[in-house]
Amino acid sequence: MSGAPLLCVRNLRVTYPSAQGDTHAVRDVSFTLGRERLGIVGESGSGKSTTGRAIMGLVPPPGRVTADELRLGELDLCRLSERGFRQLRGRRVAMVLQDPKYALNPVMSIGRQISETHRAHVGGGKPAARRAALEMLEAVRIRDPERVFTLFPHEVSGGMGQRAMIAMMLIANPEVLIADEPTSALDATIQTQVLAILDELVRGRGMGLILISHNLHLVSAFCDRVLVMYAGRVVETCEAGKLREAKHPYTRGLLDALPELGRRRELLPQLQRDPAWADGA
Amino acid sequence: MAGSAKGGRFRGYGIVRRILSTLVSMVLTFLGLTIVTFFIGRVIPIDPVLAIVGPKASNETYDRVRLEIGLDLPLPVQYWRYLSKVLHGDFGTSVITSQPVLQDMLHVFPATLELAVLALIIGVVFGVPLGVIAATHRGRWQDHLVRLLSLFGYSMPVFWLGLIGLLLFYAKLGWVEGPGRLDIAFDDIVPTVSGMITVDALIAGEHDVFVNAMQHLVLPASILGYLSLAYVARMTRSFMLGQLRQEYVLAAMAKGLSGFRVIWIHALGNVWVQLITVIALTFGSLLEGAVLTETVFSWPGLGLYMKNSLFNADLNAVLGGTVLVGVVYILLNLISDLLYPLFDPRARGRS
Repeated sequence: MSGAPLLCVRNLRVTYPSAQGDTHAVRDVSFTLGRERLGIVGESGSGKSTTGRAIMGLVPPPGRVTADELRLGELDLCRLSERGFRQLRGRRVAMVLQDPKYALNPVMSIGRQISETHRAHVGGGKPAARRAALEMLEAVRIRDPERVFTLFPHEVSGGMGQRAMIAMMLIANPEVLIADEPTSALDATIQTQVLAILDELVRGRGMGLILISHNLHLVSAFCDRVLVMYAGRVVETCEAGKLREAKHPYTRGLLDALPELGRRRELLPQLQRDPAWADGA
Repeated sequence: MAGSAKGGRFRGYGIVRRILSTLVSMVLTFLGLTIVTFFIGRVIPIDPVLAIVGPKASNETYDRVRLEIGLDLPLPVQYWRYLSKVLHGDFGTSVITSQPVLQDMLHVFPATLELAVLALIIGVVFGVPLGVIAATHRGRWQDHLVRLLSLFGYSMPVFWLGLIGLLLFYAKLGWVEGPGRLDIAFDDIVPTVSGMITVDALIAGEHDVFVNAMQHLVLPASILGYLSLAYVARMTRSFMLGQLRQEYVLAAMAKGLSGFRVIWIHALGNVWVQLITVIALTFGSLLEGAVLTETVFSWPGLGLYMKNSLFNADLNAVLGGTVLVGVVYILLNLISDLLYPLFDPRARGRS
């Protein structure tokens, strides 16, 4: 972590109003992000993806986002218009989604989808965007960029699709990348490759990365710091290397439930939930 | 990666197989169609012999004609003879016009085609954007307005809409011309090339004829077009709602594209793939729907021809028209199959 934080989040709340009363998807989440790799872990529905989307202004209506502070560098995101967010997305904050099979447009060539981001933010017309896209494909270690440029999403493997997705999101040089379960749709061997590429690019460009995952092993091995979320709250923040020493009973419960090679157990312990966790105990 | 190196040959094979299976299913559908029309011809309580010889003929004449048209032969043989005639374009002679049915149909079909094509253009050009707007403004007044418009479109009987339209725009306001394809003064000015008067007038460079033909065409085409608009808008709306939930829409937003681009390029590009079949079927139903519209507007097309033939028990003409409409449906299916690869790269074979 160096210099002023890229992203500052204080008491972020996301609420979905409904006839049965409001649903609080994210409750008073606070953290800062520097040029580092921050992991957010938690179970499904714990609010980790919603936190990422709130930062990009992509919480769908009728969802409501409020925060005491939500700042990207000098820019106050609380007061930002939809137009402002549009200029920000892809250019300053980008997002890699889980499954390239669904997150790439099936009727548009990969090359066009990558150059589109360049044209929206950098400008300079079609030829410049094409050149930049080919360079970007090379940067995500695609061996034959010219050919992949013309392919459609159904014609490439999951790993290559995810690398194309990374290229599409990084081509306009954002400062912060939110990777929402970027490898959980991939085979285990491909996962490591894709993470290595992601790591190289994020470090090389001095970006901040938020890695959203439910995989404790992956996050503790890959990130610098980890936030553990439960029921919309951050229940624990710790150094990734010290995740084993986590104190919160929820985190301890998750760690206990992990199977380990060479340690035989009759039964994996079940997570005993305490209703008090949800209230920020 | 491995996909194209290994898959190339199989994909090439795939497209050949697709064309073959389309052709086979076309032939089977056509055979099914002729079997149905053949049996209708046998089941219907019209004596084909009596229709030819008339009620005053002697018994000997009756029996001779019966043998001549082969009604004593076993049914499969009769069907085989019917099929080979149909394949040679011989649908028999119409009782009303005393002309070969094929010639009659070639004469009336362009009028219907002209009507249906313009109606389809109206339906798609207005229906698709309205459906998109309804989907992107789901639950707001724009959505309610479009849904009301569609509901009205497919609940109102077309002949009623036609009559109201004539009353209002022709009789009261005088904005359009009345029934028929042309004013009498403009008859026989342009030579028949395509049989569609607007097209023929353009070919001949007769501006006045074109304008008059358009003034006759615009009201019935708008009313038919409204029906297809109602259906196209409704389907576009529901396809669009499905696409807007997809992850690639979120990804396109996350790239910082404008809402306009996300909706009209990314999502609509995928909606077209689903819309092709809908539009092809709409076109088929426009040809059928033309029966009522043509009657109200005295439009001398296939619909009016079939109605007159039905009311006069002109069996050959009715069956011929049925085969023609069926063949049009088969062709529409073929066209939409051929169009798929244009809109969907997944249906394209790539070498």
